[in-house]
Amino acid sequence: MTTPVLSVRDLVVEIPTRRGVLRPVDRVSFDIAAGEILGVVGESGAGKSMTGNAVIGLLDPPARIARGEVLLSGQPIQNIGREALRRLRGKRMGMIFQDPLTSLNPLLTVGEQLTETILEHMPVGNAEARRRAIAALEEVGIPAAAARIDSYPHEFSGGMRQRVVIALALCAEPDLVIADEPTTALDVSVQAQIVALLKRLCRERGVAVMLVTHDMGVIAEAADRVAVMYAGRLAEIGPVREVLTAARHPYTAGLMASTPLAGHGRRRLRQIPGAMPRLGALPPGCAFHPRCDRAEARCRQDPTPRVEDCGGRAACWFPLAAPADRQEAGA
Amino acid sequence: MLAYVIRRVAQSVLVLFVVGLVAFAMFRFVGDPVDNMLGQERTQADIERLRETLGLDQPFPVQYWRFLGQAAQGNFGLSYRQGRPVADILMERLPATLELAFVSGLLALVGGIALGIFTAIRRRGAAANAIMTLSLIGVSLPTFLIGILLIYLFSVELGWLPSFGRGEVTGLGGWWTTGFLTQSGLKALILPAITLGLYQMTLIMRLVRTEMLEVLRTDYIRFARARGLRDRAINFHHALKNTLVPVITITGLQLGSIIAFAIITETVFQWPGVGLLFINAIQFVDIPVMAAYLMLISVMFVGINLIVDLLYFAIDPRLRVDRTAGRGT
Ligand SMILES: Nc1ncnc2c1ncn2[C@@H]1O[C@H](COP(=O)(O)OP(=O)(O)O)[C@@H](O)[C@H]1O
Ligand SMILES: [Mg+2]
Repeated sequence: MTTPVLSVRDLVVEIPTRRGVLRPVDRVSFDIAAGEILGVVGESGAGKSMTGNAVIGLLDPPARIARGEVLLSGQPIQNIGREALRRLRGKRMGMIFQDPLTSLNPLLTVGEQLTETILEHMPVGNAEARRRAIAALEEVGIPAAAARIDSYPHEFSGGMRQRVVIALALCAEPDLVIADEPTTALDVSVQAQIVALLKRLCRERGVAVMLVTHDMGVIAEAADRVAVMYAGRLAEIGPVREVLTAARHPYTAGLMASTPLAGHGRRRLRQIPGAMPRLGALPPGCAFHPRCDRAEARCRQDPTPRVEDCGGRAACWFPLAAPADRQEAGA
Repeated sequence: MLAYVIRRVAQSVLVLFVVGLVAFAMFRFVGDPVDNMLGQERTQADIERLRETLGLDQPFPVQYWRFLGQAAQGNFGLSYRQGRPVADILMERLPATLELAFVSGLLALVGGIALGIFTAIRRRGAAANAIMTLSLIGVSLPTFLIGILLIYLFSVELGWLPSFGRGEVTGLGGWWTTGFLTQSGLKALILPAITLGLYQMTLIMRLVRTEMLEVLRTDYIRFARARGLRDRAINFHHALKNTLVPVITITGLQLGSIIAFAIITETVFQWPGVGLLFINAIQFVDIPVMAAYLMLISVMFVGINLIVDLLYFAIDPRLRVDRTAGRGT
């Protein structure tokens, strides 16, 4: 197997506070291969953004990577230093944020922001940088790119601005893109277009994409694999079909049951009772056990399970059975 | 855009009309000009005649209109005290005030912006914290006290710099005098300029710092970092430009008030500018000088405000919204 573009190994992010050390990301591991989209889902506060920021080296102090490894094409980058990390950002890994309205500098033209980024990372002159900037805008589907390159961000609509943001994140041709809820702030009508664009760029360029989202529809549409986070930990990870249709972790199952999914018609939605615990008040053992109807003594007493400790799919001592097993049980 | 400019100019003119009304009211109602101009031995006929010559028998709006017309041509009549045209007296004094205000303003602007950026970028550093603490003193000490402290230290104790006056000045073109060309002139400028500019400098510094910290937290700065841009480009290209947009208005007002604040500094340092002239005019109830000073200061204030507003346009493209620009999806 070829080396994955991104490999995260037992990543721990800590925030020291007066009332103890918080762990918004706790021993999380996953890989993303070239040309693959890993969807990351979970409730607000589950640690999705923290994970993405840790990977790209943009954690806001006092948050910091306390343990674990981030490997970019096999090379560890979690402690290579500020300047070395800066050189990798943009060039080897890009990031797309939630709100295209606030992601672009209002006082600089789209072209200025693009050429500045290209000149920073590529060995080209001004004219060539401008040519590439126009090409980047064309590639993300901005009509009349050559004419609009000197426009300011406010002259574009929300959907167009998110395209510009994507062009900016990709203009220095990174191998990895972290998209943190790239469609959440957009009109429903343009969300699908942006997802389709991301998917196309991923396939055409072989970029590895970490796609953080609340939206199960987006996951079902775009992701190859999906990771489910809960209270800073990875609850489940696997191929998108399997996770969506046959969840192993009770939390994932609960999440699916509470989410309306296209193609499933009218289903009764069931909410998981209770709420995700705050980081400062995590229960011992599996963080989900107080809300879980399958919980047993082991879930409270044993150390927090990781996906790797439980067969590589779900971080659960008593996972739901795989479909094959279920059929056998039913027969 | 043109409509906006026209509206702002109209507002400015309106403000000047109101200030003109106040100045005119001073003439009309503080003391009686006829009393001031005629000696002890006067007859009722003399008074009537003078009233007619001065137009004081006309209705109020007519008088006001004539006053504005005269003022617009720089004609404020004769100083009660010196018996010379007020315009001439003001013109003699104006270069001193303008040079002082210019140097102070430059100090406040350059020093304030540079220190503001520094304290924002190195906000956890010891130097930045020291500057912030010192700036609190700068804001809270009254101007005259700073002036007196500086005089005590640099003139009395150390004897390095003069404590009053403008030093040796050079005439330029017959109507301007400058202290920039002689050593004593430059030396004399230092203490008053610091005294006058310090308060504005600390204000601008604190404002720039607050704005800059705000801007550094925005998504587009985060996104710029995520694209691997250098700190220098992020701080001075992306952040500074956005910081300056809100800073410009306040800064413009501050620079305007430097000219007004100059009254105190000029008094402390016996600086021969219009501020000192005004203070002396008050002592002698020299109404024409007071009124002319009022008009002059307000013209400057309004002018600076207008320039600031137009600068806003130059820097922020969102204000020059071109409504014909297409908005695709
Ligand atoms: N400075 C901070 N101090 C304490 N807790 C923080 C801080 N910043 C973030 N957190 C916590 O970290 C957790 C993870 O946040 P985040 O990664 O933004 O979640 P998500 O993106 O999944 O919604 C949240 O529970 C949040 O409350
Ligand atoms: Mg988030």
